Amino acid sequence: MRLDRRRLNGIAEQGVSIFVTLFGLLILTFVIGRIMPVDPVRAIVGEDATREVYENVYRQLGLDKPMWQQFLLYLRDVVTLDFGTSIRTGQPVLQDIARVLPATIELATFAILIGAGLGTPLGVIAAVNKDRWPDQLIRVISLMGHSMPIFWTGMIALLVFYANLGWVGGSGRMSQFYIGLVPERTNFLLIDSALAGEWEVFRSAINHIILPAALLGYSSSAYITRMTRSFMLDQLGQEYVTTARVKGLSRRQTVWRHAFGNIRVQLVTIVALAYGALLEGAVLIETVFAWPGFGQYLTSNLLIGDMNAVMTCVLIVGVIFIGLNILSDILYRVFDPRTR
Amino acid sequence: MSMTRDIPAPVPRRRMPQSLIAARNIVAFLTRSPTSLFGLVVLALLILVALFAPLIATHDPYAQNLQATLQPPSGTHLFGTDELGRDIFSRLVHGSRITLTIISLVTVVVGPLGLFFGTVAGYFGGKVDTVLMRITDIFLSFPSLILSLAFVAALGPSLNNAIIAIALTAWPPIARLARAETLTFRQADYIAAARLQGASSARIIWKSIVPMCLPSVTIRLTLNMATVILTAAGLGFLGLGAQPPLPEWGAMIATGRRYMIDSWWLVTFPGIAILCVSLAFNLLGDGLRDALDPKQMNKR
Repeated sequence: MRLDRRRLNGIAEQGVSIFVTLFGLLILTFVIGRIMPVDPVRAIVGEDATREVYENVYRQLGLDKPMWQQFLLYLRDVVTLDFGTSIRTGQPVLQDIARVLPATIELATFAILIGAGLGTPLGVIAAVNKDRWPDQLIRVISLMGHSMPIFWTGMIALLVFYANLGWVGGSGRMSQFYIGLVPERTNFLLIDSALAGEWEVFRSAINHIILPAALLGYSSSAYITRMTRSFMLDQLGQEYVTTARVKGLSRRQTVWRHAFGNIRVQLVTIVALAYGALLEGAVLIETVFAWPGFGQYLTSNLLIGDMNAVMTCVLIVGVIFIGLNILSDILYRVFDPRTR
Repeated sequence: MSMTRDIPAPVPRRRMPQSLIAARNIVAFLTRSPTSLFGLVVLALLILVALFAPLIATHDPYAQNLQATLQPPSGTHLFGTDELGRDIFSRLVHGSRITLTIISLVTVVVGPLGLFFGTVAGYFGGKVDTVLMRITDIFLSFPSLILSLAFVAALGPSLNNAIIAIALTAWPPIARLARAETLTFRQADYIAAARLQGASSARIIWKSIVPMCLPSVTIRLTLNMATVILTAAGLGFLGLGAQPPLPEWGAMIATGRRYMIDSWWLVTFPGIAILCVSLAFNLLGDGLRDALDPKQMNKR
């Protein structure tokens, strides 16, 4: 009973802290939106609107009210999920984002599979061979991934693997002549094409996603490798590992079954956080690969000063980030018996 | 009593200040590992090139020569020329000054800011701590590039605004770290002693806590510089950082992108420059972590 109350308290505390963070996020986006030099009224009514029209819109937007009332209006908009329309596409921003987000999620998911698939074993190998040459080599490989300007690597990779070698598809999600062939159901191209049984399109999609996903995955594997290595070093230094070896267990079994088994929970949380960090790389890599996703939507609106769309994008990234943090927290609680 | 008399009094020697000895030890430690040595060399090179840029550059970085556009690398143009016939090598050399400016300005802002918020939050605890850490959490809930993008979009694209935006997004991890360090010292006896002697909170933080946080904050700053460089280059690439004709490396890649298929040198060399400097900071930060880790120091 006492334990239950403590747990409830913990959950309540976390709920409050999430709420406060979200509220702060809204203040931040509101402030950024207000300091911009772009005149939001001009952006809507155009350059040659009459004074009357201008002032009408000015009042409609609530710009004549004091700051705190404007913030309340903003809060109301957010709560009712009314983020206004994008100037560039003329559509509600939320609808736009719902359309482009699947492309980014597809890319990021592919990338995290590559990143975790690469980073975890490398981290374990580095930890087992601490300070010997495999460790040094892996350290340099993973730091390279962490240090490369991903937009540049993307361009070089396109130049080599697409233009020169022709191994992969170029920019975009699929080859030009497949566009429109598959009915859009989920907007996840791989799922849509598989559902429609269009295996040609599916292959083209794989061919196009593999390069940007590999680059993103490589850059996120740096973080995963490093964390895996340090978690493993913690475990390998403990007595149960020595005991297992003395008991006659093989090295491989000790490392993978016992030590690795103990870090799985921590790894899951790390991978969840790395997934969020991928969004950052996605903004740049989508520009290079003309990937019609969230990042490209954000940057193209940014360049024309469509602040409605930009601030909504920023808000959504923030919410996704907070969500992933909560998720990794929950995963930790669910899987780690000690937190029960 | 008689035993102690036999011990010779310590010979007074002329000694260097403690901080210099420490710095020398750290550099000596760093040069022993090939990876951190690489980092040191690249950074030294960056500083030298930036200092003597006019002497090293073979051409004027802004001089256009429309008769010699998109020339491949050769004896006269080491890294070739761009679409306006400007010498890419000279532009890279002058671009190092921009990179160095970004790094130093961001460090100067972010280090003290993070230290201040972190130590104050950690030392006072309670409500102050809660409020300050909530603020850092909000900033941390964005990837740094996205938040910088938003700031630059609001402030207008320029090099200065990019630096401001990066500085605004780079302090929270430093503050978190400084707070964590402060929490470990707060209960220490020497702090209690200082407090009993009547030292003010400001004095305790400044004299007793900040120096203890400096090593880890330095490492974190060094490692962060790699991210700062990549963010700055990314902003430049998106057209939100340094504006043409400034020879900023990311912006050079952005303009070179159109000619990439036929003229690979336009994007290749600036990219290698960014990669080298950012890698150097990462390797150096990695080495510093080992150098300043007391466990590692004892091993030597």
